[in-house]
Amino acid sequence: MKIPNNCRDISGLLLAREDRSLSLGERLAVRVHILTCRACHRFEKQTLVLRGALRQWREHQRDDGGPL
Amino acid sequence: MSENAPDIASLARQLETLRPSLLRLAQLQLRNAAWAEDAVSETLLAALQGAQRYRGTAQLKTWVVGILKHKVLDQLRHHTREPTLADAGDDEADELETLLYRRDGHFQEMPEPWTDPCGELQREQFFAVLEACMEHLPARQGRVFLMREWLEIDSATICQELGIASTNLWILLHRARLRLRECLQQNWFGDHES
Repeated sequence: MKIPNNCRDISGLLLAREDRSLSLGERLAVRVHILTCRACHRFEKQTLVLRGALRQWREHQRDDGGPL
Repeated sequence: MSENAPDIASLARQLETLRPSLLRLAQLQLRNAAWAEDAVSETLLAALQGAQRYRGTAQLKTWVVGILKHKVLDQLRHHTREPTLADAGDDEADELETLLYRRDGHFQEMPEPWTDPCGELQREQFFAVLEACMEHLPARQGRVFLMREWLEIDSATICQELGIASTNLWILLHRARLRLRECLQQNWFGDHES
């Protein structure tokens, strides 16, 4: 199996992680790559910010308070 | 009639005020005005019929949005195998990849630091931008993305409900997330980082 090691592969895995669990090998590849890659580190942070924001949006939709 | 029976007329009025919000959510998920209308009508009808079960313990909107999610999913099941589900625009996503990455797989541009957009003051504005970006996803991408993020259905179940292979679902979701990220970068985070 080809080891994912460029930013396109790694950021692809960081997006996929929102929808499926990564294999052990994939998780390892992400961790190792991010240790040395500032761009993918930032990208990961972005995915986490977006994850939190979507959760808040979802919760907002079922609140009674305020207009949608 | 028991004293605790909810006042149906007042419930009907409250439900009517929720209609625009419900319609907006249904349209966001279904991407089809007629299906969205049907889902909302069925929701309001079910809410009135179930009025005895609604005892005012749960917040009204929470309860009704819960019903809406079921009705919307029914619509998706109903229409999922119609040819309208296949639309153009799903194949141009490679252009986005070309914009984002160099040929050697590095990012073209350094991703910017994003800060939490859900602070008290800006939350409503951010949600408006977020919804606009979700609306701009190609219809198939938008549907599966909302199924994940609004209906909170796991990927395997989405594949079953829509009758698509998991590899296709991964591709749709990957493109949706990449596109949404780009849209938010341009219309929210880019402006707010200066």
